[in-house]
Amino acid sequence: MRRPPRALVLLAALAASFFAVPLAALAWRAPWASLPEVLTTEVVGSALRISLVSSLAASALSAFLGLPLAWVLARVPFPGRSVLRALVTLPLVLPPVVGGVALLLALGRLGLVGRALESFFGVTLFGTLPGVIVAETFVAMPFLVLTVEGALKGLDPRYEDAAATLGASRGLVFWKITLPLAAPSVAAGAVLAWARALGEFGATITFAGNLPGETQTMPIAVYTALLRDVDAAIVLSLVLVAVSLLVLVTLRERWAPQA
Amino acid sequence: MAPARRSLGRDAAALLGLAVALSACGGEGGGGGGQSEASRVTVFAASSLTQAFEAMAEELEEDSPGTSIRFNFGSSSDLATQLEQGARADVYASADEANMIRVMDADLVEGEPSVFVKNKLEIIVSAGNPEGIRSLEDLENSELVLSLCNEECPAGKYAAEALDKAGVNVEPDSLETEVKAVVTRLQVGEADAGIVYASDVASAEGEVEGVPIPAADNVIATYPIAQLTDAESAAGEFVDFALSKRGRAILEEHGFLVP
Repeated sequence: MRRPPRALVLLAALAASFFAVPLAALAWRAPWASLPEVLTTEVVGSALRISLVSSLAASALSAFLGLPLAWVLARVPFPGRSVLRALVTLPLVLPPVVGGVALLLALGRLGLVGRALESFFGVTLFGTLPGVIVAETFVAMPFLVLTVEGALKGLDPRYEDAAATLGASRGLVFWKITLPLAAPSVAAGAVLAWARALGEFGATITFAGNLPGETQTMPIAVYTALLRDVDAAIVLSLVLVAVSLLVLVTLRERWAPQA
Repeated sequence: MAPARRSLGRDAAALLGLAVALSACGGEGGGGGGQSEASRVTVFAASSLTQAFEAMAEELEEDSPGTSIRFNFGSSSDLATQLEQGARADVYASADEANMIRVMDADLVEGEPSVFVKNKLEIIVSAGNPEGIRSLEDLENSELVLSLCNEECPAGKYAAEALDKAGVNVEPDSLETEVKAVVTRLQVGEADAGIVYASDVASAEGEVEGVPIPAADNVIATYPIAQLTDAESAAGEFVDFALSKRGRAILEEHGFLVP
């Protein structure tokens, strides 16, 4: 292979250090001596559990609901499709706090839909794990929808056409041809959605609150720790970094298409 | 393509299984599991009360074993919005009267709120006061990196009033959305001075110092607390404790003024 252009390598190194230096700073400033003490507190354990459970559930829910939405956006021409696509993209650009307030107005106990949820099913979302999952799904699902929609549009239509001419119903074509072909993009979208859900803060604290042991996720725990003890916040941040790296590395090896 | 398809289904199942297992194993530890005869009081409180209220809860839980307190700390206005939208809570403690009035207007307050604590403003500087700041006038020095709250948060509003009373014109270098963020800036060395509550200075003792603001220029914040409608029977215990001699002593230890 020929030597890569020096300018490109330099810029790439700059970009790499842009990500590496802040992480190194966290490690450098971390109070390593008090690490075990902070890590074994109940708050950290529960925040970690809530973060993992809710982000994985939000990712699964995003795939479950987002895949059909992506398919409709990619395959079904209808008036207002571009409006729907803009609507799906909105949570990507909206400040998450605004999303949280909107969710509160829709699904809060006095909200548009929340009122019915409460009176018919006795379900309230504020202060509960399902509330956290709803908030995270709201901000995370667009990543999956847009990833999968793009992939569906790029699929070679001949496979689906061939199956259809051989007599497969539309449903069968979806399950046997479309879905397997789109699988890598669904996986990639689910990972993106998971990562976004894990880091979610604004919508969650607004819609589900900051209740330790119930809705306090790792990012919210970091924020709360910052209110009282910078060192504890740094330790929590390190934990979040470690968990994210661990999961991303594991998932990349198993899921993401290797270059 | 084929191997990707098979492993996707399997990994998705594994992922869901992991989420379920995590939520199951954490069930008891999280505190949400057992809802026996024990009374659990949910307190929504302004974040400046974090340390003092946690200390109070610890004592109260020791004194009455059947009672457990859980907190939702946040900015007073976010908490008021959550309450207006139907979030369930038993006690609300606000850092200003305006937000308590919002909650009263929503017919959520049982009886009358009581002012349980006051807070005066102080200039916050790094430990040892390296810039030699003695008064509000010294903040006019444009060489100083000055951090204030924006006027949406009560601390920022009061700081502006205090500066106005002292006839001082400053150019803040950062406007935070929350008073604790000003403290954090000082702690990490991003700012030379700021204006915060005396209680905030006390909470970061050792890392920062307070410079008093004379009574003529100072603005005193009043914190009302109230039991909410349909509250747990033990809610009154927490309110009473906050108003008790012991409660006041704890608040004083944390740098608050007691009425």
